[in-house]
Amino acid sequence: MLATEEDILAQAESWKKSGKGVAIATVVETWGSAPRPVGSHLVIDEEGLFLGSVSGGCVEGDVVTEAQDVIADGKPRTLEYGVADETAWRVGLSCGGRIRVYVERID
Amino acid sequence: MQLDILKALNEERRARRAAVLVTDLGSGAQRLVKAADIAADPMAEALDRQLRMGKSASVEIEGRTYFFTVQAPPARLVVIGAVHVSQALAEMARLVDFDVTIVDPRTAFASEERFPNVRVIAEWPDKVLPEIGLDAYTGIAALTHDPKIDDPALKLALAANCFYIGALGSKKTHAKRVERLTGAGFSPEQIGRIHAPIGLDIGAVSPAEIAVSVLAEIVLSLRRKPLRSEKEKAA
Repeated sequence: MLATEEDILAQAESWKKSGKGVAIATVVETWGSAPRPVGSHLVIDEEGLFLGSVSGGCVEGDVVTEAQDVIADGKPRTLEYGVADETAWRVGLSCGGRIRVYVERID
Repeated sequence: MQLDILKALNEERRARRAAVLVTDLGSGAQRLVKAADIAADPMAEALDRQLRMGKSASVEIEGRTYFFTVQAPPARLVVIGAVHVSQALAEMARLVDFDVTIVDPRTAFASEERFPNVRVIAEWPDKVLPEIGLDAYTGIAALTHDPKIDDPALKLALAANCFYIGALGSKKTHAKRVERLTGAGFSPEQIGRIHAPIGLDIGAVSPAEIAVSVLAEIVLSLRRKPLRSEKEKAA
């Protein structure tokens, strides 16, 4: 079953209510060809479980890692990915686009 | 994000009401604006524009960058007629995330065996559609060919301003339908909202191909993006 944006936010609420640390990542800007539109969500819990997507699977691993810091200190972060990024060979978008992702903790 | 805000956002969605989550990307401050409160909001103009497009976006207002998470209710598709085309359409529409309901008073057609994965209601449309509650986020495809079943559904869909209204049948069948609806007091503008013959003209032959053409037309109506060919025509 494919998770819809709706399922994803409902999951975030239920994870939080069960006492877990939870972060929401949202695509807030895209340039060029980006795999997922602005507004797409990825929710992550403190154990690194996640649901949804912000790209075609290219940068989720890195977002999940960054989300652990957000869950730990509560400070929202804005992450940028793309071929222009110095980490492009490690985590980047093979499609050549660029995306900006806002990651925040649920309090 | 405060859990309260997330809860409210999820509640609005379950109630099929639109809402916009406003995030100040600089400070992280957030608030939820319900559709009913947009007109009185200081950001009314920008909120209204994004909601009408149904698109989340970053927005600059007085030197600050905000992110609008736009939440429009999940789109529903009500198919009148539990026919062969409907079987293919139900499966495809489900993959495209439509909440699908099949309505057909003929119990031999409207069976769970024929439609294992969607809601099937063996009832007359004029009885069941008011219970379902049609709205601007609901599309209707009338596929029975039978005026006794299709017409009441079309009338209710027109009155509810459904985002898509389609009716199966040849041009001749539709001409008779137009006569009946005109007789029932509907204006040419209202009747013009009905897509008939139904579906994009892709030369569909089999029931599944017809379902593709109908679903493509439904997605087009939902997203309101003019086709490239239409844009070129307009230019």
